[in-house]
This record gives sequence, C-alpha cells and structure tokens, in this order.
Amino acid sequence: MIVAEQKPLAEIKGIVAPYQRLLVLGCGTCTKTCFAGGEDEVATLASALRLAFKKDGKTIKVQELTVERQCEDEFIKQAAPLVGGIDAVLSLACGAGVQMVASRFRKIPVLPGLNTTFIGVLEKQGLFIEKCLGCGNCVLDDFAGVCPTTRCSKKLFNGPCGGSKNGKCEVNPETECAWQLIIDRAKEFGQLDKLKAYSPPRDWRTSHAGGPRKLVREDHIV
Amino acid sequence: MSSGINRSSGSMLQQLLSRGEFAVTAEAGPPRGANAEVVSRKGAILKGYVDAVNVTDNQTAIVRMCSLAACTHLLQLGIEPVLQMVTRDRNRIALQSDIMGAFSLGIRNMLCLSGDHQSFGSQPDALNVFDIDSTNLVNAVKNMRDEGKDMSGFALDVAPQMFIGAAENPFADPFEYRVIRLAKKIAAGADFIQTQCVYDMPRFREWIRLAREQGLTEQVHILAGVTPMKSARMAKYMATKVPGMTVPDSLIKRLEGAGKEKGAEEGIKVCLETIQEMRELKGVHGVHIMAIEWEDHVPEIVKGAGLYPRPRAA
Repeated sequence: MIVAEQKPLAEIKGIVAPYQRLLVLGCGTCTKTCFAGGEDEVATLASALRLAFKKDGKTIKVQELTVERQCEDEFIKQAAPLVGGIDAVLSLACGAGVQMVASRFRKIPVLPGLNTTFIGVLEKQGLFIEKCLGCGNCVLDDFAGVCPTTRCSKKLFNGPCGGSKNGKCEVNPETECAWQLIIDRAKEFGQLDKLKAYSPPRDWRTSHAGGPRKLVREDHIV
Repeated sequence: MSSGINRSSGSMLQQLLSRGEFAVTAEAGPPRGANAEVVSRKGAILKGYVDAVNVTDNQTAIVRMCSLAACTHLLQLGIEPVLQMVTRDRNRIALQSDIMGAFSLGIRNMLCLSGDHQSFGSQPDALNVFDIDSTNLVNAVKNMRDEGKDMSGFALDVAPQMFIGAAENPFADPFEYRVIRLAKKIAAGADFIQTQCVYDMPRFREWIRLAREQGLTEQVHILAGVTPMKSARMAKYMATKVPGMTVPDSLIKRLEGAGKEKGAEEGIKVCLETIQEMRELKGVHGVHIMAIEWEDHVPEIVKGAGLYPRPRAA
C-alpha cells in the first residue's frame, strides 16, 4: 500500500488558516489502512481543528467526508455537492489523491493534510516498512525477493558495502542491511551462486528519472 | 600549469606493483576550503616516502576541495596521485566526464568507491545519486581503457589509461560474501585493492587466506590499509562510531596502558607491527597508510617499517 502520515496539527492549522469553510476529505483505501486518512482520522482531525481555532477565538466551519479512493474521479465526484459551499479542501489522501481532487475542483485550493511517505507493508501492528520504489523494472527475482534499490541505503547491486554490521545498515542501526537479507534468503534456497554474477548498471528510464510516467492500457480504453 | 607534469607516462604505482615491489601509498584529505597550499603541504611531507597519494573524494560526506583539483596540485609537485571517486554525488555522465578530464591532466590511478552515505556528513539534507555502484564504476573505467568506449559504447578519441583500484572491507558483514565481492570487483576490472584499516589481524588473515585459495591474490594487487592510532580515545571512537571498523579491545587496552603521553608513540608502534606482519603475509602486495590529519607522521612510519627509500620506477 501507499503509506502516509498526518502532518503535525500546527502545520495543518497554518495551511488551512486563510480559509473559513473547509472540507476535510478522507480516502478509504491506502491512507485509511495506514491510519492516516480514513473516516476515523477525518473525524478526529476535524474536531481538533475546530477546537484549535476556537481557542484562538476564530470560527471555522469544517465539514467531513470520506470517499472510497481519491485517485479515481468516479469516487471524488461524491464531494461535488459540498464544494459549492466551501473555500478549500483538506485532503487526507496520498499526493496522487490530492492532485486528482485538485484536477476536478479547479476553483478552490486543495491542500495536503498528509505526508506521503512510501510504498510499503504493515510489518506488524504500528510498524510500516518501505519495500518498493516503483522503479518500473522489477528485478526481485535476481535478489532473492529483497529489493536492493529500495532497501539498500546506497542502492548497491553488487553486494553489501563496507558498513554492513551484524545484519544492520550503517546508516541506521534499526534498519536491516538489505544485502544481509538477500544473502540469507538466497542461501535458504541454494541460490547464493546467483549473487556472484556481476550486476550491470541499471537502466533508470523506467523510473522517475525518465520523467513523470504514464501507463497506457489499450485493452481498457473505452 | 607547470610543465613538470608528464601526461604521456603510465602509472608508476602499476609499474612497481607489477615488478613485485611492496608498494606504499598514503592518503591525503583535501581541505574544507579553496586553499591549494594545504594540499601542497601534505604532498611535500609525503613526497619520496610513498609511491602514490590517494586523494579522498568528499570523505565522510563532508564537502571539501574536489579530489580532481587536489590531485592536479599534487601532480605539479611531481607526486603521483590516486584519484578517489565516489558514486554518491555524481551520475554516470559526470563520472565518465571526470575520468576523461583526469586522464587529460595526467592522473593515472583511480580508486572507485560508492562513498560514505551523506547522512554521516555535514549536509545530511542532500540528495544522493548512486546511479551506479562502485563495481559498475570499476567496470566502466575498464571498458573506457581497454575497449576505448564510454558506457554508451561510443568510441573515445583517446581512451583514459587508468590503473584501476577498488576498496574492500574484510571486517564488514556478511564475512562469507566478502571474498565473493572481491572476486566480483576483480572480474569487473580492478587492478588493485586498498582495504579498510586493519586492526583485527586474525580476521584479515582469514580473508586473505580465502582470497589466496581462490587465486584472487594472483589476479589483483592487495594493499592493506593501516591507520596509526593517535590515542586510546581515537581507538574507542573508531571502535564505536566509525562504520565498518573492527578495533579489538586488546588494542584499546594497550593504548590505554601506554598512558596519555605515550599513546601516540604506542599507536605508531602498533602500526609498524601491522606493516611488518603484512610484509610477511602471502598475497599482500603493499600497504596503504591512512594517517588521518596526521600526514607528518607518515615519513617516520615508512622509515620505521624499513620501507625507505622507495624504489624508483623505470
């Protein structure tokens, strides 16, 4: 999923301060799953904002709505009836959702309430870990199912750097060394030999280095 | 530019190593500023005592005078530099361009590295590059030299004839992969290896034994890294704060035992003992002295180790 976290309340307050009538718009897919932008978070944030502005002697009208997904226009249009009566939307979706909402509602500002962090997994309750950079050219088969692009701090493709110690990364002792994981896993199914092969420079054109990406599915065009 | 630079000659370090001489290289870090005199001063201290001087490339991710410029200052003094190049800050376009420029200026040796992560440096808010890794860089330099082609396959008018170095750290994990990685770097094109500073001799011996067993020490020149400890405090710092470093407790105790006054002296003694062991170790072809901001002690170490005077290249 796409993992995101809510911006600090003080920052959100600053972002929405110029507006009197606000719609806090939640997203019921990724950011709901990572407890950053679902119905519950929308309700909590809306109350917190009302209270915070009240304390400052200001009134702000905050409406709440959560749609299934903000990255699809089909769902965003549910917000259309409310948009006439508001000054701004505070979106609790990932950055893609914020921009999708903005492209539908062109006459009002759409503001981000979250910081989109990464594509990752729920490792255990309360812990999300980045696993994929969306490079557009998956090579997990060559690396025992552990992504060196994402999980090695130096994106090394030919083995661990000199800073791998006791299975941890030199950059952060709480981060696992991707190469230790790759080697350990490869050994489990007898593929350590595969890691002796030279890994040539990568073609980054499929990644963001090639500019904003687009995917056309002819078979889905109606 | 001084006319003293001989741009047509090859690497003297390569000549000496090929001849079977026990090589001595040292490291000189460029200044945090634009003062060429700092480089010249370090060069003047080292001149004649070492076969080549490595110039670091923004080591520990702290912004310094670029290695290429500092190498050129050394060349003007008649000192052979080893241009260190990391893949952290520049993409393949910039790296290849710098390699060509370096050769055109008379630089004949390179050490290809990935580089310390920027989070350790003075500007942790910087974006890193890591377009290619150190092994890819080794291979790119080799192809430029031997095939005369850049990474796109374009034929270069003059191919940079570099003597190619890479680093290896026998003390990092996983140990079993360290020799595999060495083999990969050799296959990619490394001519010489400079290792991380050695304090843990048993582990180093085991690493070199494995490398020997696979015939790797016949394919590459290995220069063992040594760094004299200035004090017990430095040893403790290296043991706990520097990534990829193993400093045995016995060494810390030995330096503590020498007392504050004699800590530095003892550190140099340890360094000389290590160099002696390296000279006797089959598969080690030289030492790389990384006297961090302590370059003025290098002559005394080289002399003390019986490695002075240095042999002359033809």
